[in-house]
Amino acid sequence: MPYDGPAGLAPRLGAARRRGADRGAPWSLKVAAWAVVAFLHVPLALIILYAFSAEDKSYVFPPPALTTQWFGVAWQRGDVWAAIRLSFEVAAWSTALALLLGTLAAAALARARFFGRDAISLLLILPIALPGIITGIALRSAYHTLEIPFSFWTIVIGHATFCVVVVYNNAVARLRRMNPNLVEASMDLGADAFQTVRYVVLPQLGSALLAGALLAFALSFDEVIVTTFTAGQQTTLPIWMLQELIRPRQRPVTNVVAVVIIALTFVPILLAYYLTRSDELRAA
Amino acid sequence: MTAAVTLDEVSCVFGHGASAVRAVDGVNLGIESGEFFTLLGPSGSGKTTCLRMIGGFTLPTAGRILIGGDDVTMRPPYARPVNTVFQDYALFPHMSIRDNVAYSLMVRKVAPAERARRADELLELVQLAGVGDRRPAQLSGGQRQRVALARALINQPQVLLLDEPLGALDLKLREQMQSELKALQRQLGITFLFITHDQHEALSMSDRIGVFNVGRLEQVGTPHEVYNAPRTRFVALFVGAANVLDGELARALTGHDSAMLRPERIRAGDAAGARTSGAVAEAQYFGSFTRIKVRAGDALLQADLPDGADRPAPAVGDTVHLHWDTRAVHALAGGHA
Amino acid sequence: MTSALALPAPPRGLRLRTSDLLYTRRGLLLLALLAPPLLWFGVVYLGALFALLANAFFGLDDFTGQVVREFTLRNFVALTEPANLDSARRTVVMAVGVTLACTVLGFPLAYYMARHARGASKALLYIAVMLPLWSSYLVRLYAWKLLLAREGAISWLAAQLHLTWVLDAVLATPAIGGPSLSFSSIGTFIVFVYMWLPFMVLPIMASIERIPGSLIEASGDLGAGPGTTFRRVILPLAMPGVAAGSIFTFSLTLGDYIIPQVIGDSTLYIGQIVYRQQGVAGNIPFAAAFSLVPIAVIGLYLWWAKRQGAFDAL
Repeated sequence: MPYDGPAGLAPRLGAARRRGADRGAPWSLKVAAWAVVAFLHVPLALIILYAFSAEDKSYVFPPPALTTQWFGVAWQRGDVWAAIRLSFEVAAWSTALALLLGTLAAAALARARFFGRDAISLLLILPIALPGIITGIALRSAYHTLEIPFSFWTIVIGHATFCVVVVYNNAVARLRRMNPNLVEASMDLGADAFQTVRYVVLPQLGSALLAGALLAFALSFDEVIVTTFTAGQQTTLPIWMLQELIRPRQRPVTNVVAVVIIALTFVPILLAYYLTRSDELRAA
Repeated sequence: MTAAVTLDEVSCVFGHGASAVRAVDGVNLGIESGEFFTLLGPSGSGKTTCLRMIGGFTLPTAGRILIGGDDVTMRPPYARPVNTVFQDYALFPHMSIRDNVAYSLMVRKVAPAERARRADELLELVQLAGVGDRRPAQLSGGQRQRVALARALINQPQVLLLDEPLGALDLKLREQMQSELKALQRQLGITFLFITHDQHEALSMSDRIGVFNVGRLEQVGTPHEVYNAPRTRFVALFVGAANVLDGELARALTGHDSAMLRPERIRAGDAAGARTSGAVAEAQYFGSFTRIKVRAGDALLQADLPDGADRPAPAVGDTVHLHWDTRAVHALAGGHA
Repeated sequence: MTSALALPAPPRGLRLRTSDLLYTRRGLLLLALLAPPLLWFGVVYLGALFALLANAFFGLDDFTGQVVREFTLRNFVALTEPANLDSARRTVVMAVGVTLACTVLGFPLAYYMARHARGASKALLYIAVMLPLWSSYLVRLYAWKLLLAREGAISWLAAQLHLTWVLDAVLATPAIGGPSLSFSSIGTFIVFVYMWLPFMVLPIMASIERIPGSLIEASGDLGAGPGTTFRRVILPLAMPGVAAGSIFTFSLTLGDYIIPQVIGDSTLYIGQIVYRQQGVAGNIPFAAAFSLVPIAVIGLYLWWAKRQGAFDAL
C-alpha cells in the first residue's frame, strides 16, 4: 500500500492529485509502449501466418496462397513425433528431479540463517546465470572423462540442474510468506514433523510448486544449448528445430512445428501466471 | 498434589559471547493445577520465551521443565500434554473451521464422524455453533480467536497456554472475552497459563501473577499481593501507578529506606495531622477522580483524589495537605532495583 | 482418547523418534534437507565446471590431439592472438549495444506498465511481455529468419514504402551490413534485442512499481514539472531495475553462439569460437580458456551491477 505521508501533507497532496497526476499517460508514451509490445508479438503472429502459406520453397512475403495442407504433412512426419516425445519425457523427468531438489533447498534456506547460505543460493542460480555453452561443455567433458555414454539420462541431468532454481524461487517465496506459527500450531496439536509437512506445509506450498513445475517444464522443453552438448545423437524438439534452421528440409513443416511449439508452451506459462497471481492477490 | 507446571532454574540464552541475550535467566516457577496463572511483564521481559519453552517451541539452554511431574524439557510440542492459543491464532487457512478444530483428532487417527461430532461440541462451547463449514478468512478476529480456543481445548490438555490472545481485539470485545475466558476456565478446571503486558487484565483475571523483568521473575503472588505488597521497585511501578520514595524523603515521610505508596491511598485534608504539604504542580480531571501532582522535597507525589468529596478539587498552585494511613505504605526490598 | 495424566509414554516408533531427533537437533534437519541438492550441485555441476576450467591450464598434444595434463599457460597466450581478441571485442561491443538498445526500447513500456496501466490492461501487458520471455527461443529466432529473409516481410514492407534504397544502403555499410538482413551484423543485433527485451522490461517495471506514489506527488507539489520529476526522482530509482535487466542482456549475448551462426555474417563471436574449438577441433583446453573470458566479464559486470543495487531488484 502506498505510504500516505504525514498528516499535514495530505491536503496539499490531494490538491496535486486533482491538479495533474490524474491526466493519464501522454499519448506518445502509450503509443511507444504498445509499439514495443507489437514488436514483441508481430514475429510470432507472422509464423502462424506462414504455417498456412502454400509456398514451400522460400520465405516469400506475402504468402501467395493459404492452405492447411502442411498440418497434415507434419502430422505424418515420424521424426517430428519422435522429437516431441523425447522432449516431453526429458522435461517430465527433469521437472520431477527439480521439484525434489528445489523444494528441499527452499525448505532449508527459507528461514534458516547460517554461514554459507548466500553462497548456496548463488550456486543454485549459477546454471542459469552462466552462459549455457559453458554448462554444456562442462557436462560433456565430464561425461567424456568418466566415459559415460550419451543417453536419455545425460540430457536429464543437465536439464534438472538448471531447472532447480525455477522451482526453488517459487517455493522460497511462498515459504517466506507462510505464517511460521502454522508449523508450531500443528506440532502443538500433536502432529509430528512428517505429519506437519503432509497436512500443513505441502498444502500451503501446493500452488507455488505447481507454478514452479510448469515453468521448469517449459524451460526444459525449450532448451537447446545444454541439450546439444549432452544429447549425443538424440534429437529433442529444439534440436530438431535447430537443424531445420541451419539446413531447412521442408520449410512449411518447420513452420507448422513452430506454431505447435508456441501453443504447447503458452499453456503452462499462462497457468503458472494465474497460479502465482491469485497467490499475490490473496496475500495483499 | 503435583504442580501442573514446574520450571526449575530455567534459562534461555540466544547468541554467543558478548552479544548473547539472556531472554530468560534462571527462572523458578511452580504453577498449581487448575490455576489461572498470568505471566505479566513488558515486551522483551522473557514471559513469551518462558511460555514457548513450556510449549516446546523453544528449547531451554539450562534447567528443567516439568509438566504434571514429567520431565518434558527436551520434548517436542507434540509430545507434551499442553496446547497453545497463539497470538495471531495461527488457524490453518486451507482447512474449514471444523477441520481446524478437529485437527488434533485427525492426527491421532480418530474416525471422521467422531471428529466432526466433537469439533461441533467444542464450537458450541465457545459459542460459535454453525460456522463449521466456513474458512478462517471469512471470520472476524473475535470469531477466529474462539476457534483457536476450541482447537486447543479439544484435546483436554493438562495446561492451556494463551499467548496475549486478546491483544488484537478492540476494547469492548476484549473485556467481554476476559470474562468469558475466566468463566470457561472455572467451568473446565484446566490450568490456564496466560500472557499479557496489560496489568489490568492480569489483575482482574488471575488467581496468581508472575511478574517478569529482563528475563527474571521478580514476584509471584495473588493479584492482591502483587498490587499491595510489591517486592521490588519494578513491580511497584509496573503494576499500577505508584509513588516510589527513596533515601532522605522516604525516611522522613515513611521511616523506611525505600517505600511505595499508591496514589489512591492519599487524601487531601486539613493542615493538622498532615504527613506533608506542598503546592499542586499538575491537576488532571478524570471524572471519578482528580489526579494531582504535589511537590514534596524534590519529588512529585501523585495523589488520586475521589470526586464528590466535600471540598472542591485543588487547582494548580494551591497548597494541599496530604494524609495517608500508615498501613498504606509498603516497604520495598533492596532500595533501588 | 488417552487420558492426559498418569499413563507412561507408549514406545515411540521409528517415525516419531526421527521426528524428535530432527526437532531437537536443528542442525541435523538442515543437513538432511540440504544434502541432496548440495550433493547434486557439488558433484554434478561444480565438479564438471571445475574439471572444465582446470582444462584451461592444460595443453593439446599437436600429434595425437589428446589433452596433455601438464600445467601450461599456452592457451592464455593464444587468447591474445589478433583473431581472438577481435572476436572478444566484437562480442563485448555487441553485448553493450544490445543492452543499451534494450534499455531504450524497454523503458517506455516498463514505465507505462508500472505507472499508468491498470487492471485488465495491465494484466494483459504483463502476459504479453512474459509469454515471449518463456516461449521457445528457437521459434522466435526462426520467426526473425523469416522476417529478415531477402524475400521476407521486411523487404516487402520496404518495397511498399519505396524505402528499398535505405535498406540497400544499410546492407552496404561495412561492419554492420552483409549480403542480406538475415546474414548481417545489423540483423544479428536486431534479433539479440528482440530476444532479450522481455528480460529488461520486467525488472525495470518492478523497480518503478516499488517507487512510492507519494514521492512523485511530493515532487510535483514541491514545484517540479513532469520532466524534472522523471529525471530526478524516477530515473535514479529505476536504475537498479536497469542494472538487473542488463545482467541478463549482457550475459546472454556474451555466451550465445546460435544467433550469430544463424543470422550473422561469417565473423565469429566468443560463443562460436568456443563451440568450434571444443567440437571439430577437439581443443577443449583452448575452449575452456576462452570460456573464462565471458565468465570473467560477467563476473565483473555482476560486481558492478550489485553495487548499483541490481540484486535487490531481481
